[in-house]
Amino acid sequence: MELEIQGPESGVHETQPFVINFGPSHPSTHGVFRLRAILDGEVIIDIEPVFGYLHRGIEKLAEGRTYFQIMPFTDRLDYVSSMSQNHVYAMAVEKLAGIEVPERAEYMRVILLELMRISNHLMGVGFWTNELGAFMTPLLYMYREREKLLDLFDMLCGQRLTHNYMRIGGLSQDFPPEFLPAVKKFVRQMPGFVDEYDQLLKDNEIVLARAVGIGIMPADMAINNSVSGPMLRASGVKWDLRKDDTYSVYDRFEFDIPTRASGDTYDRYRQRIEEILQSLRILSQAIEQFEKLPPGPFCTEVPLLLRPPRGEVYVHAEAPKGALGFYLVSDGSIAPYRCRIRSAGQLNLTVIRELCIGWKISDLMSIFGSVDICMGEIDR
Amino acid sequence: MGAWNYFVDMFARIRLDWIEFLQDHGLASSLIVFLDSLIGITFLLIFVFTTVIFMIWLERRFVGWLQLRFGPNRCGPFGLLQTVADAIKLMFKEFIMPAKVDKIVHWIAPVVLVFAAIMVFAVIPIGEARLGDRSMGALADLNVGILFIVAIGSLGVFSIFMGGWSSDNKFALLGSMRAIAQLVSYEVPMILAIMGVVLVAGSMQLSNIVDAQYYPFILVQPLGFLIYLLGAIAELNRAPLDQVEAESELTTGYFTEYSGMKFGAFFLGEYINALAVSAIVATLFLSGWKGPGLPFWFWFILKVFIVFIFTMWARFTLIRVRIDQIMAFAWKFLVPLALINIFVTAGEVLIWDKWMSGWEFFPWPFIFLNWAVAALLILAWSRLFFKLGGGRVDVPTVRAGYREGYGAYPPASVS
Repeated sequence: MELEIQGPESGVHETQPFVINFGPSHPSTHGVFRLRAILDGEVIIDIEPVFGYLHRGIEKLAEGRTYFQIMPFTDRLDYVSSMSQNHVYAMAVEKLAGIEVPERAEYMRVILLELMRISNHLMGVGFWTNELGAFMTPLLYMYREREKLLDLFDMLCGQRLTHNYMRIGGLSQDFPPEFLPAVKKFVRQMPGFVDEYDQLLKDNEIVLARAVGIGIMPADMAINNSVSGPMLRASGVKWDLRKDDTYSVYDRFEFDIPTRASGDTYDRYRQRIEEILQSLRILSQAIEQFEKLPPGPFCTEVPLLLRPPRGEVYVHAEAPKGALGFYLVSDGSIAPYRCRIRSAGQLNLTVIRELCIGWKISDLMSIFGSVDICMGEIDR
Repeated sequence: MGAWNYFVDMFARIRLDWIEFLQDHGLASSLIVFLDSLIGITFLLIFVFTTVIFMIWLERRFVGWLQLRFGPNRCGPFGLLQTVADAIKLMFKEFIMPAKVDKIVHWIAPVVLVFAAIMVFAVIPIGEARLGDRSMGALADLNVGILFIVAIGSLGVFSIFMGGWSSDNKFALLGSMRAIAQLVSYEVPMILAIMGVVLVAGSMQLSNIVDAQYYPFILVQPLGFLIYLLGAIAELNRAPLDQVEAESELTTGYFTEYSGMKFGAFFLGEYINALAVSAIVATLFLSGWKGPGLPFWFWFILKVFIVFIFTMWARFTLIRVRIDQIMAFAWKFLVPLALINIFVTAGEVLIWDKWMSGWEFFPWPFIFLNWAVAALLILAWSRLFFKLGGGRVDVPTVRAGYREGYGAYPPASVS
């Protein structure tokens, strides 16, 4: 008896690609983001990221507000690290209007920015583990420290998430007396907690199997796609605006720019943890130097209806998620003529299609989590 | 001592007395079996449901403790009534049936899961009293009890596939596809691991297996115990082997489209399954209801909960394993080890029967040998396993293949 083997052309064994939408409402899309994935079984043939579900038109809204009124909008960009956005906007306006910031305020800003960076990286790594499939445990361990940071911010301005604490020319209030001792205590305790996370994750066999070699981004690919921040440095490119285009008082501190070699998801996780340690280093130096400063103002006097001279300015700085830029055009009136935001998250997310093709669904989520995005910043 | 003995396996003895009483009054034996089963099933259901309610509470409190938070603590003392409140809420919720589901299959799926999970308890003995060949502690002490457990245990897969297929949802379909692949694969090492116990005990009847354990079989079957436990975690779809549900990828996998009490039934079935598997592990490897000093039910429940707490601990500490790694782990790691375990055990049983029959001594040499073999095998095989790629498929080549066809933007169109 002869067996009739039916090939693909007979139509019996023909397989079809399988289209599936991850999001806009999905447990691991960090807000509202849609990934339209085309699958062959478990393997991803192609994905199409769809942005824009959280678009609020912040750039357009800014054109109808005074310079001071725009500040709360910047909180809502990347609400996980809102003060970093405040800071870059404030720097842009200061450069546009030629406002000098008191030295004291610069130190205060650096302290806050580094605290913000730690808070952001804790959240990034924590949610990445969630996407890998941990049942919240590492995330909640990291939330314990983030909670302490939020309490610190609460101490400053009464807000935990959208602080609106920075002002053009300085800060809205001075540090309360109990703030610095609390920060010092945090800086002292944090390395121990970082050790705790490492015990849970660093050499965990399952984490290694799930993360090492997954979603490799070579350095040239990262540069060609304008990737910045920890994601770029994890690919081995030593580029950090704090050193390369130094701003504020970052040139007065001693710290390293950690880099990793291969640029896989594991390297991105380790990169964030190492940046936390470097931030702690900056923090301890900043507090030490800040305490030696003579008493002075924490903010320059700036008119509320600020009218910067005609002109345009682009200012960028190293936000936790990457290089954040503000492009402001002034026509001499009380509101900017144009405000454009270069958000790191959006450009980092554009590589996801490149990274994910050929991997499995589980890896898609892991790679996606390792990018560390916040949709508020991407859709603006 | 008589009264104490009576207490020691109270339920079993009451059941025995009751049957003798009916026999004395001349009832037909078929009627006796029917009445006996009816009462037994009632008690079984009460036991299973109350324990499961407690288990869900325990898991939530335990994970709260593990994750630096409180867990349920508002309903009743220590939040004990939280599960009851949740169940009441689920019962009153609307059951949303999507338009294009296969209605009959969609209805049956959760029922099958609960049904299959409860069936397992019929053969698990809790108590000493016997009527002839059968233990009175089990509802139906079959002489092929192990076979029954394996058969009924794999019924759960049907339920998952029915739920996933009938939902007409892509997440559910992917989840149930993974379920079939994963659960069918893990049946193999699980059955092979049980075979070691069957060889040592010399019987497939669970009451005989418990009787044979004057020391817990975990001592002579460490490898079997580990393999069975890992297989059980996969069978229960609990993390780290919960690819079937995979919250961060497939929302909730096969029961994405279920709501109301039908979701509740899946949830309940999952925990009843967990209880059943813990009971099986306790019976096969931890000497079941036996234990010194304290009553039998205490030992049984203690052992069940020790196993259950171990699975919880793994669930909330470890990270999910990818599907191909799970499959590779089953076929390249657990199955070979289980096979070697069977050969070693069979050799030992042969030696024991041939040259040592009648010797009255505790089998220390075998225990030492088996633990050494287990440790060595796991170490050596894991080296080999990693050398073979550690469960990773050759992703770069797969990736290259896909990239060739689908490199361009806009993305490949799909009809």
